[in-house]
Amino acid sequence: MTITQRIVTVALCGLATVLTRALPFLIFTPGRPTPKYVQYLGKALPAAIFGMLVVYCLKDVSFLTGDHGLPQMIAIAVTVGLHLWKKQMLLSVAGGTAAYMLLVQLVF
Amino acid sequence: MKEKGAAIWALRTAFPHTLPILAGFTVLGMSYGVYARASGFSFWVPVCMAVVIFGGSLEFVAVSMLLGAFAPVQTFLMALMIQARHLFYGISMLERYKGMGWKKVYLVYALCDETFSINCSVQVPEGVDKGWFMFFVSLLNQCYWICGTAIGALLGGVIPFSTEGLDFAMTALFVVIFLDRWLQEKKHWTALIGVLGAAGCLLAFGAEDFMIPTMACILVLLTAFRRPIERGMEQE
Repeated sequence: MTITQRIVTVALCGLATVLTRALPFLIFTPGRPTPKYVQYLGKALPAAIFGMLVVYCLKDVSFLTGDHGLPQMIAIAVTVGLHLWKKQMLLSVAGGTAAYMLLVQLVF
Repeated sequence: MKEKGAAIWALRTAFPHTLPILAGFTVLGMSYGVYARASGFSFWVPVCMAVVIFGGSLEFVAVSMLLGAFAPVQTFLMALMIQARHLFYGISMLERYKGMGWKKVYLVYALCDETFSINCSVQVPEGVDKGWFMFFVSLLNQCYWICGTAIGALLGGVIPFSTEGLDFAMTALFVVIFLDRWLQEKKHWTALIGVLGAAGCLLAFGAEDFMIPTMACILVLLTAFRRPIERGMEQE
């Protein structure tokens, strides 16, 4: 990417963010009910989007060749295990990342 | 003069409410800063993104988008999808942010997950100006994020050990957010639609081109199965 393309990419991310934050204030006047479909998407989208993002993070893992994605799978298991155990987001993220770093640097 | 006094008083009452965010954003911001440096970017890239975008998940994703090929349409659509939940923060804050004058512009701009979680639920103490209070909650939170990012971006250049594998922080972050969502709901239709829709599109379209089909697929499935999904949500 050229420097201009990078600036455009970051600007587009910023613009999208501002749009999602400002749009309700521009569209809906207080006191008027929000459309049912919009309310529904508000509840249904987050879980789907974060599921999608987990897959996005793993998109370049090759499960059939090389290490078969084992470091990723083990590190995700560590992250999930820590989170089910302590429910501390920062601990789970730090623990899972540390496990992954150890695995790719020392084991695989 | 009276306005200034009210502002300072609001800052002092708002600060304690933001302490948990101070801890969280410092650590998360630092890992983001280190991650961006480890991905080969200079100090200013993560710091500028922290100011311009100010949305943790998207900033992590933006780093990996900057490493790929230039794809403005996909970038914009993906950013919209990742940030779509903010639409619903805005809807919840319509009443609370009413009549805030010029402060409203910043309040809306800085309405991130954590700021929303405080401002939507906090009881502003008697005698404290509501507008200034919520303004400073937003401002303090953004300062924590920028400072954490800057510290991480500084350290990222001098860390004495190998940072190979640090990019997993993004995966772990999304796994944890996803898991929290999963545990909150009894029926997992929406979560499964996200994971399976993305996995299916990845197999069908390949790693470079699967995100736009995935987003379309998610919207179509959520719309098609609205009735059973809503019924499942009502049982919770």
